[in-house]
Amino acid sequence: MTRVHDMGGRFGDGPVIPEGEGAPVFAEDWHARALAVTLAAGALGQWNIDMSRHARETLSPGDYARFSYYEKWISALADLLVRQGVLTLDELRGGDASDPHPLADRRLGAEAVARVLASGGPADRPADAPPAFAPGQTVRTVRPAGNRMVDGGHTRLPSYAGGARGRILRVHGHHVLPDSNAHGLGEAPQPLYAVVFAASELWAMPEHPDDEVVLDLWQSYLEPE
Amino acid sequence: MPHDDPDHPHSVLPPEPALRVKALETVLARRGLVDPAALDEIIDTYQNRIGPQIGASVVARAWCEPDFKAALLADATPVLAEMGHYGRQGEHVVVVENTPDRHNMVVCTLCSCYPWPLLGIPPGWYKSDAYRARAVREPRRVLADFGVALPKGTSIRVWDSTAEVRYLVLPMRPPGSDGLDAGALAALVTRDSMIGTGLPSAPEAT
Repeated sequence: MTRVHDMGGRFGDGPVIPEGEGAPVFAEDWHARALAVTLAAGALGQWNIDMSRHARETLSPGDYARFSYYEKWISALADLLVRQGVLTLDELRGGDASDPHPLADRRLGAEAVARVLASGGPADRPADAPPAFAPGQTVRTVRPAGNRMVDGGHTRLPSYAGGARGRILRVHGHHVLPDSNAHGLGEAPQPLYAVVFAASELWAMPEHPDDEVVLDLWQSYLEPE
Repeated sequence: MPHDDPDHPHSVLPPEPALRVKALETVLARRGLVDPAALDEIIDTYQNRIGPQIGASVVARAWCEPDFKAALLADATPVLAEMGHYGRQGEHVVVVENTPDRHNMVVCTLCSCYPWPLLGIPPGWYKSDAYRARAVREPRRVLADFGVALPKGTSIRVWDSTAEVRYLVLPMRPPGSDGLDAGALAALVTRDSMIGTGLPSAPEAT
């Protein structure tokens, strides 16, 4: 039920290699270009952020592991453009089409960039019902972690936190449910909670008895304990 | 040579990543779907304008103004929006405070979520498999990779950014910084100290 991106807790990755505070924001020019093309194409409005994440997650495990960060972005973008019908495979290959695209009137112009980046895309929605859980309440995450609407679909409950007992720390309000939104099944907003787990609830050999991990989890990921 | 894989259309693009980006940009620009000048503008925004200096100014102000700090910890999003620090990947912000008893550290195990309007684009290590895999399970060993050792009595709370809420660590004000103004304090606030993998710099002895 898991995909290759769900790597929290995994062993064997070796040391983290810090970079100096003054390292370039983009190590290579094409990294910057990959980020910018992805954001500009996103502004065409043909997918949402959850679909975009899911496109990266559905790269084959071999590609996901082999690709550098921005290779994942650019490859997932190509996949999305075809899956969402923006480009055909032939057009992606650089086929002869050079006539204006029907979506060209949605193109993000240079003059609109500052406004679009500054306005963002909030994920909170009006509440249609009070949250089921309150701060301090004990809950348990569902197990196995996984999308309950689409087999192998997008979810934001990492497998390391499936079936774990935690405590509600904060209520964030109603937020768009990625499990639904990533598959074009609607925003289906639900209460979102910060849930705190003792490290000993998640790991066989936690580093310290008082350490904790907090995850933001939607109501349908949780059951009362 | 690229191979055709119907499930993964990217396989028709050139395999070399710089060429792959160029090919995609060329196709999209030719069809009027992206404006190369807009790409330049996006890059300039994150290369030169939005970066950790913004978060550092917020932290320094919180160190100087108790009312501001209290408002920030209670509900950061409107406080930051008021200062103009709002936007993509920073629509919902929670600020978590380090104390002698508790150190906070931020990760995104599933992808690379990060508070862009406050810290800019995440550094390479934040997006690395090693950080994503290890930060939740062995934060102390990860801190050791950064040369940071916490006192035994300090517990760690690791925040895994699994939703659209973005977390900023408010580090402890360094000892010996009493006489400094907000500008001088901001210079002590490192990017890593706002992610929780570092501590603020010590003020230079005068």
